[in-house]
Amino acid sequence: MTDQALGALEATAKSQPMPKAMKTNLIFGLGIVVLIAVTAFTSDAFLTERNLTNVARQMVTTGLLAIGMFVVIRSGGIDLSVGSTVAFAAVLAAGLQGTMPVAAAIAIALSVGVIVGLINGILIAYLRLQPFIVTLAMMGAVRGAVYVYSETPTYATSPFFLKVLGAGKIFGTVPVPFAIFLFCIPVVWVFMTQTRSGRAIMAIGMNPETVRLAGIDVRAKITLAYVICGFFAALAGVLLAARLGISQPSVGVAYELDAIAAVVIGGGVLGGGGGSVAGMFGGVVALAIIDNVLNLFNVQSYYQQIVKGLIILVAVLVRRKPED
Amino acid sequence: MDRIDLIGLQKRFGGTVALKDATFSAERGEVIAICGENGAGKSTLMSLLAGSRQPSNGWIEVDGNPIRIGTPHDAFDLGIRTVYQELSLLPDLSVAENLFLGEMPVTRFGRIDWRRLIADAEDEMWMIGMPEIDVRRKAGDYPVAIQQMFEIAKAIQPRPRLLILDEPTGVLTQRETDLLFERIAELKADGTIIFYISHRLDEVLEISDRLIVLKDGATVDQMTRAEATKDRLIHSMVGRSLTTIFPQRRPPTDEVLLQVRNLSAPGVEEVSFDLHAGEILGFSGLVGSGRSETMRAVFGAEPRSAGTVELHGVAITSVTPRAAMNAGIGYVTEERKTDGLALDADVLDNAALASLDCHKSGPFLNRARQAEAVGQMVSRLDVRPRDLGYILRHMSGGNQQKVILAKWLLMKGLKVLILDEPTRGVDIATKVQIYGLIADLAAQGLGVVLISSETPEVLGLAHRILVMRSGRIAAELNPETTSEHEIFVAASGVEAQAA
Repeated sequence: MTDQALGALEATAKSQPMPKAMKTNLIFGLGIVVLIAVTAFTSDAFLTERNLTNVARQMVTTGLLAIGMFVVIRSGGIDLSVGSTVAFAAVLAAGLQGTMPVAAAIAIALSVGVIVGLINGILIAYLRLQPFIVTLAMMGAVRGAVYVYSETPTYATSPFFLKVLGAGKIFGTVPVPFAIFLFCIPVVWVFMTQTRSGRAIMAIGMNPETVRLAGIDVRAKITLAYVICGFFAALAGVLLAARLGISQPSVGVAYELDAIAAVVIGGGVLGGGGGSVAGMFGGVVALAIIDNVLNLFNVQSYYQQIVKGLIILVAVLVRRKPED
Repeated sequence: MDRIDLIGLQKRFGGTVALKDATFSAERGEVIAICGENGAGKSTLMSLLAGSRQPSNGWIEVDGNPIRIGTPHDAFDLGIRTVYQELSLLPDLSVAENLFLGEMPVTRFGRIDWRRLIADAEDEMWMIGMPEIDVRRKAGDYPVAIQQMFEIAKAIQPRPRLLILDEPTGVLTQRETDLLFERIAELKADGTIIFYISHRLDEVLEISDRLIVLKDGATVDQMTRAEATKDRLIHSMVGRSLTTIFPQRRPPTDEVLLQVRNLSAPGVEEVSFDLHAGEILGFSGLVGSGRSETMRAVFGAEPRSAGTVELHGVAITSVTPRAAMNAGIGYVTEERKTDGLALDADVLDNAALASLDCHKSGPFLNRARQAEAVGQMVSRLDVRPRDLGYILRHMSGGNQQKVILAKWLLMKGLKVLILDEPTRGVDIATKVQIYGLIADLAAQGLGVVLISSETPEVLGLAHRILVMRSGRIAAELNPETTSEHEIFVAASGVEAQAA
């Protein structure tokens, strides 16, 4: 009897246009392509191998941080401590090389990231503290720990660390750190969209109670998200140390902001419920190219900051959901 | 699970006892109805069984062995599944993912096995009698009634040993209710124990084998279906018999209060109607027929594409809730948890929200006067507990609804009150109170719009009934002469074989 009515509902449900977020991503993608094309025509320096390699290298730190930030933001949280974790991992990775094998130094640096993430996760998931506050506190505490370890810069000495991990190129063109970043992107995509844990993290960002009532251990999954974020922050720190050879304890200040910006430009929603790995990657690339273009046109760094701020606002504005 | 025994279950939250003594048992294949007013402890009892809370005293035995249900996961392992009153789907995920959220099938490599997921979900929808559902679509794309069926499918897909249904039919239309009852019969034959909570006494009497009555946190009465009558149930639940549920109707005046002409909005097409002072105007229709959409457009909560809204002959031109409120329109929304209340705020803050301008000293809010006004309204509506500092989240549905009503009744210059499903998820005693209040308000000259999916409610209260279908007004009926059947036919647009 009401089959007809239901049929009608069905029909209206099926004839839906492309999701708005996807359209926006396409438009943003086109925007970047246009920007690249225009810059290529107006600046001789842009499409040179040296410049592009530079862009790729500079993308790595923000990119790896954005990966971790993406996971945390999808879970409904945020992590402000990544910049300090970058510094800790960088200073440790370089500083420990003198006393132990380089592999051990790297392993310790990465474990520190995992431990910071674990502390964040436990405080947030099990003790129910707010992510913003917890990671803000960790940002300060970890930065302090870096200075306790070393007030002065540490220097990397291992040839493998500097020549291969830092300055190495695959096929003579692709910088090794950039290759590692590129490799991480599909890994995270598979994790977030194709595994139970990843889907659970995304669902938690939509409604944690529903997920809990579905019998999933929400606290463990949230903790996992922060551990992942901490790991990628440490990885970013290690690769930064390898690229620069010298690790300042002050490195990484405000890096979390670029990471958050990349995720948000890519459609991420603070508080969970939006954004894709592809979008996040696009956000990272966009930020890097915009930085580079502004540099090529000799825009003063203060103006650069203004331009970047505006771009973030525009991105959020375009993605704004229509009021219900 | 052949038998489950609840023995002296008790739950205290700080000083308040939410559940005093729940003691009863159930056996394989039994459908047990759990009846009781709001605040009687039903939801608390269910949360103990679902593992989301722990009893302060007493225990649960399965097949004679005491068990501990420490987390929702433990409940799952025991085969206990719960369908909650409030929708808990993730609207942005596919239907299939929602159905299998806790146990997504994976391949050998730990990747999610989408093909199997889709196939399993399609089987599930087939079994529940809705094979036309596309399980790849987002759950949120479907109407609320269908979403509720997803919730039910989600709970029964792993063959539960104990299934708890908390007000499952609240948002269902007749078709889905029939499908649900068929499934319950199948599960019962399969040996599943079913705890069925509902305010709809007819439904409870139809479906259950035994009925348990909870009052003030204790199981006070048990009866088999053969022994049960509506009157006995109400008597045990409320402690008194209800002779008349619906109050006397007073005739409305001829004065036109609200005039809506050719109103169009998303989901609404050329709706026109008049509302007179002192009139209760009922709106019937299936879920998604455009009743709420119409009222949201009238109230300015949704943009209007065409048409006019006039109050006392003065057009409300600007489409904002503010403008509607200034003209004297109040709107009690359908979803009280999402847009009716600030759940974590207290009674005072919630109830005072629509009348902030009335109680000021200079530019500042006068909290004392606010508290006084709210206090009076709260006692007039019999909100319990009568504590202005009580947080709404901890209140029962009926009392939350009263706080929302208080909010609008406190609004200065209220002339028209729109009530969207005012008694959904509300116990029978509170329902009767709300019915009385609606009749009183109309008698005082207010115009009341009553949207309700409970047809008897509209029949019993309204002076006129407008039936909506596909965004249009399909019929205007006189409650004195029409019937539930006639309303259903008008709402579905199809001649019903058996309604």
